Amino acid sequence: MHKGVGARLPRKEDARFLRGQGQYVANIRMVGMCDVAFARSAVAHGRIRGIVKPSGREASVFTAADLAGVRPIVADSGLPGFKSSAFPVLATGKVRFVGEMLAMCVAATRAEAEDLAAAVEADIEPLPAVHDMLEALCPSAPRIHEHWPDNVFLETVIDADLADVQARAAIKVTRRIRTARQAMNPMEGRAVLAYVDRRLDQLVVYAGDQMPHITRTGLSECLGIDHGRIHVVSPDVGGGFGYKAILLPEVVCVAWLAMKLGRPVRWLEDRYEQLSANANCREHHYDITGYADADGRLLAIDCEAVVDSGAYSLYPFSACLEAAQVGSILPGPYRMEKYRCRTWSAATNKPGILPYRGVARTGVCFAIELVMDAIARAARREPYEVRLANLVPPDAMPFVNVTNKYFDSGDYPQAVRRAVAALGWDGWREKQRRGLPDGRRIGLGLAVYCEQAAHGTSVYYGWGIPMVPGHEQCQARLSPDGVLELRIGAHSHGQGMETAFAQVANELLGIDPANVRLIHGDTALTPYSTGTWGSRCAVMSGGAVATACQEIGRRVRRIAGKLMEVAAEDLELVNGEVRVAGTDRRMTLAEVAHVWYRQPQLLPDDVDPGGLETTAGYKAAKDTGTFSYACHAVVVAVDVELGHVDILDYAICEDGGTLINPMIVDGQIYGGLAQGIGTALYEEMPYDDNAQPLASTLSDYILPGPSEVPEPRIDHMETPSPLTFFGQKGIGEGGAIAPPAAIANAVNDALAPLGVELLEAPITPRRILAALAAAKKR
Amino acid sequence: MKAARFDYEKPRELGAALKLLTEAGADAKVLAGGQSLGPMLNLRLAQPALLVDVRGLPELGEVRDEADAVFIGACTTHAAIEDGRVPDPTQGFLRKVARGIAYRAVRNRGTVGGSLAHADPAADWVSAMAVLDARIVVRGPQGERTVAAADFVLGIMSTALGEGEILVGVRVPKLSTRARWSYWKYCRKTGEFAEAIGAFVIDPDRGWWRGVMGATEGAPVVIEDARVLDPAAVAAEAYEPGTYEHQVHAVALKRAAAALDR
Repeated sequence: MHKGVGARLPRKEDARFLRGQGQYVANIRMVGMCDVAFARSAVAHGRIRGIVKPSGREASVFTAADLAGVRPIVADSGLPGFKSSAFPVLATGKVRFVGEMLAMCVAATRAEAEDLAAAVEADIEPLPAVHDMLEALCPSAPRIHEHWPDNVFLETVIDADLADVQARAAIKVTRRIRTARQAMNPMEGRAVLAYVDRRLDQLVVYAGDQMPHITRTGLSECLGIDHGRIHVVSPDVGGGFGYKAILLPEVVCVAWLAMKLGRPVRWLEDRYEQLSANANCREHHYDITGYADADGRLLAIDCEAVVDSGAYSLYPFSACLEAAQVGSILPGPYRMEKYRCRTWSAATNKPGILPYRGVARTGVCFAIELVMDAIARAARREPYEVRLANLVPPDAMPFVNVTNKYFDSGDYPQAVRRAVAALGWDGWREKQRRGLPDGRRIGLGLAVYCEQAAHGTSVYYGWGIPMVPGHEQCQARLSPDGVLELRIGAHSHGQGMETAFAQVANELLGIDPANVRLIHGDTALTPYSTGTWGSRCAVMSGGAVATACQEIGRRVRRIAGKLMEVAAEDLELVNGEVRVAGTDRRMTLAEVAHVWYRQPQLLPDDVDPGGLETTAGYKAAKDTGTFSYACHAVVVAVDVELGHVDILDYAICEDGGTLINPMIVDGQIYGGLAQGIGTALYEEMPYDDNAQPLASTLSDYILPGPSEVPEPRIDHMETPSPLTFFGQKGIGEGGAIAPPAAIANAVNDALAPLGVELLEAPITPRRILAALAAAKKR
Repeated sequence: MKAARFDYEKPRELGAALKLLTEAGADAKVLAGGQSLGPMLNLRLAQPALLVDVRGLPELGEVRDEADAVFIGACTTHAAIEDGRVPDPTQGFLRKVARGIAYRAVRNRGTVGGSLAHADPAADWVSAMAVLDARIVVRGPQGERTVAAADFVLGIMSTALGEGEILVGVRVPKLSTRARWSYWKYCRKTGEFAEAIGAFVIDPDRGWWRGVMGATEGAPVVIEDARVLDPAAVAAEAYEPGTYEHQVHAVALKRAAAALDR
């Protein structure tokens, strides 16, 4: 049975996850452990006149004044014009969003800590709040950072002369398109448990964390202690999605308190905090115009885009990552003559923005795909015909697009053809013409995207991000008993790396994945890494694992060659053994390892002194990373009396290059699809005029459940990337990129005959009914 | 969030429970399944000094088949009704309503009495008992009394329960075999609170053509004679025409009425 790259191997980690035996931060018990609750601002914008600790309990409550010497969190982009803001770990001077932390309260239990937090009195003089990113840009808007001339973290400009295109374009489509603010809602909230290890003279921090090494670096900078005195461990993580790719002020505070108290201190975020203090993603606004010829062939895209970046720039991605991305990826997978795009990262009185699965790609896909469908309607062509006319064709690959993105490989039009066929598009058109007996209106929609992943040094440097990834490492060690240990600096929060990288090892060494152990999440045990984000790990960590395994394989064959008296080149690694090709002479990996560890007298004279342990570094052949891509095609039924949208069928054709474990990829797509449906139809954190978040529980903030998420049909294409070890591409986020666009296009297809076009996500019943009523009036 | 501190008592007989409630007054809350009260405690929207757990009281666990009705004790869970472990005098209506309440996990603990006493306008039993013209049985310091279900819920989270009174059960009338019914609710997401409820119970033997518009801002709107039904007009009793709320409530009534004919 094939257990290497390409196998649908059941995941090793599921043995504990499916039995409820995962170990998360909240499962860890320590003697003397105490719990923290934070008193948080109920005001979105205000000047702090004073914070009064509850009488008699002052020793259990800490404010910014107590954390002297703790530096604020600073995440400055290197892009010119970026405005710096310091995010104090406990509020100082001003509060700038509802939920900003005012005081840290510690007690024996969380309930008692909450009692303390409720008794903290904050005297805050309210200031007018900035609740909307467009209003934030008005010159008269209240200033969130008073040393700035405006409320803009960064403006980016890609300029072009469009006069010629504008004159020629037979079709011009101009739209204002918007996506709502969301909360990421991983099942496990943020969590940290910190204590001081006296034996090792170290601060030990357990945290649900996508980037433990970056957290270690951040703690070192904020607390002013050296790396050697900090040990970060991320155990099992119950969902990340970007929410746990951040240096948290809570982590800095809890770490500080653990050092001060000399006992273990814990903070576990609850859902109320997550919703009311941390709705921090997805909110974009596009003023976008598409120019095309009469057949719908794109001539140019012109756009002004705003990203609601919240009040502070967060570490390590900074406040401007998403808006900077918008500028460079809005063109999507299409060819066009000209492109002009201006973006603003607007500061508002909301939590600072974090990149959420898909990041800016979800918003730009929504914007451009709605424009493409509008162009299709104007050209009186099927949406898929207009896509086929504009997608970069396979014979143009590798292709440098209008923003200098290097598309490494792929057949984008084929993905569209296959998705459309899988859905049975033409058959549904026929049903749409006939109508449904219950009066619901059928609509067909699709969306195509390409997803840059595993983007490396020059890309992140070019975006000015304070954290720039370099090479990725893997330490591989073959144990005396033939078990292979792989240590990587990235960390799983759903990617199934314990399985996928065991398959990589199997591919190169023939070792059974059951005999491969992946060690990750622990800064004391693993090489430095910027962590798990940007769908980078299959490419980067996978490539490092493969490179390290290759080296181990070379060394194993050198030693075995000596022992079996053959040339190393004549040896093959199969089924956990070293075999002389064409014969049945063999020894096990364990037998070879035993010689290195226990019988060095038998080794060749020129044996590599590094032995059966090696650290290998890797990066993809080009920094621009890989471009996976997909087409999502969907059929909806719209109930025009209720505004309710049902998904009748969903088909995906995706190309992630070589798939290390197709079952894991399917799982990634399912999860992304659920989140994409949330963005499309359900999820929204509204803010009132005082920048108060209005959906504080899950009965108001609606997450799609099993009844709302259909099982999609997934069709895989595998065009290997020429830039990566096996040809694999990053695909972790793709499922969450296309659904909002595809579903919006389907709803608009259903309602176009009624004069309705929806341009704002989520497409709620209220918005549909309002649009239908408005169209009736016209 | 975690609940604020509270004391907890689990009396073994009704008199003791009533005494505890009378003494504590507004500082006490009754706990049954905890499916509504639990989240309120955790969000600190309710901070009672005393929780009186009524699940040990035999009177609240009774189910009695009476001449004209079935008495269902307050601590009967939605799951027990859904599963048919309790006699259903409504020709399947009770079971259909129970089956659609929230999620099975909630139904395993949530109780019919708790739901009625909590009086969330979106609660299924609030609407269902009103259209059934059920009688809510209450026991207090002054003894026992019954309140018509339609008169029991006065507004959002507000009932006819007086100080020191406990809802001990609900008396559901027996419908004839000729009865027809429908129950239609709209939820944005399966298992979540209803945005609109429409329900009808037609029993020619009783001369009943009753309907109800539920999941309003307060008490459900009972339609005494549904033979002449104008959904938009009924919805307009609670909502301004032209609004989203008016639309979904009118549609709920329309679809509930249409379901009767199937």
